[in-house]
Amino acid sequence: MTIEEKEKELIDSFAIYEDWMEKYEYIIELGKDLPLIAEDYKKKENIIKGCQSTVWLHAEKKDDKVVFTADADAIIAKGIIALLIDVLSNETPEAIMNAKLEFISAIGLQEHLSPTRSNGLVAMVKQMKMYAIALNMKQ
Amino acid sequence: MMMNFSVDDIRAQFPILKTKIGKYPLVYFDNGATSQKPQVVIDCIDQYYSAENANIHRGVHYLSQLSTTNYENARKTIQGYLNAEKSEEIIFTKGTTDGINLIAQSFGRMLNAGDEILITEMEHHSNIVPWQMVAQERGLVVKYIPINEAGELRLELLDELLTDRTKIVSVSHVSNALGTINPVEKIIKAAHVKGAKVVIDAAQSLQHFKVDVQALACDFMVFSGHKLFGPTGVGILYGKADLLNAMPPYQGGGDMIKTVSMKETTYNDLPHKFEAGTPNIVGGIGLGKAIEWLSGLDLEAIQAHENDLLAYATKELEAIPNLKIYGTAAQKSSTISFLINGTHPYDIGTLLNQQGIAVRTGHHCTQPIMDFFEIPGTIRVSFSFYNTRGEIDLFINALKKALAMLS
Repeated sequence: MTIEEKEKELIDSFAIYEDWMEKYEYIIELGKDLPLIAEDYKKKENIIKGCQSTVWLHAEKKDDKVVFTADADAIIAKGIIALLIDVLSNETPEAIMNAKLEFISAIGLQEHLSPTRSNGLVAMVKQMKMYAIALNMKQ
Repeated sequence: MMMNFSVDDIRAQFPILKTKIGKYPLVYFDNGATSQKPQVVIDCIDQYYSAENANIHRGVHYLSQLSTTNYENARKTIQGYLNAEKSEEIIFTKGTTDGINLIAQSFGRMLNAGDEILITEMEHHSNIVPWQMVAQERGLVVKYIPINEAGELRLELLDELLTDRTKIVSVSHVSNALGTINPVEKIIKAAHVKGAKVVIDAAQSLQHFKVDVQALACDFMVFSGHKLFGPTGVGILYGKADLLNAMPPYQGGGDMIKTVSMKETTYNDLPHKFEAGTPNIVGGIGLGKAIEWLSGLDLEAIQAHENDLLAYATKELEAIPNLKIYGTAAQKSSTISFLINGTHPYDIGTLLNQQGIAVRTGHHCTQPIMDFFEIPGTIRVSFSFYNTRGEIDLFINALKKALAMLS
């Protein structure tokens, strides 16, 4: 599946929920399936700055794809990073660097996160793209 | 004076309280961060820009004189409310932070290496960092009065911490993170025995109860307009005239001078010496209006109502399993900080927001307090007298729903 196809799938699954409490219940559920970061990688350098909670993110290259793992001390932050990993993990660095991630606004995630939290979301996306650029250069 | 109190009448004066967040009515429990504004203050700001706008202390024309009169009348209203001896003891600032920086940078310039500044472990960063900055510049020593598990100052250590080198004691009247009301009268008396001057950070107290600066005998008091039902970007520094007269100016510019030549400048008298540049004119006038409005209320009845909200919310929160309240001082304002074991404040804050409840999460700009309790932050609800028991019920139900979702 391409990134756009995965985004489309997420937009469809969010569309069935009527109110935001249900959407958050879904985000919380997604957090439970987050591919967890190895404890060794839970260090200061892997903390994403700009989030109200602590979010750790790690990336490595398997074959020619980038694989992300993460964890967070808050459940909703965990769900949001899980959403992003769902879309961006197992993709090539180029695809990640070029991803528009229109699903974020399509499911209304951005407008339902306060500016500080939205900054956290922006910081997560930025960090994932930075990893993709770094791993691309290593080639 | 209206010698009673109807929360419905009060609420009707705050248009923003009718806001809906999605399908939920707004429950505004973030009053510690800023208060909402009554219609009279909003109208006053509108009136200023519609009919009174001109620069002050300058023009001979009608609008400039009107604007100047209104601005100076606001100063007098504030002087009266605080019972300051003279109107020139009331300095307009940008807010509490600005006021503390002014004292630190001006009074601090008169201190010598080795002199001591005594603050407390429960201060807001704005009452820590300015002192650390001037201490670094001038070789001063910053000391802290520690707190106990209840979130009270350990005043049994005060005599030991106050020395002959202590020149200034700066302490919050009410803790923004814990709600503790500090016995500032005691601290002021002890400091004065040692010849130290005392700054009271009243950012979290004046919206809850009245303070008489002469009876309290503090040397300085600072607060923000926006937490006191007034506009943002304006605040007050009260200082005893003899102290303010002895202090060097903090910022240079227009309005604060008597004469300027290329060689030297002579400074204006109080209060203008500390008010360089065009001030926040509408802010000052709006703050005067807010305080005039507040003076018309029955402050005893208001305090009784807030104490009832505090007691009711405390009882309701304590009934929730695994919930711990941080700040259990005997004397508290209507602020409650708490954590629920196994949940993150960010999750609770997010899910409360989805249900129309505005609370504050995080360290509340008081990282030393968080270090003391070894926690990253708390969820804080802070009430004003326009809040109701019914809103507390909505909040408790929303909190229970959030907990169910997170479990």
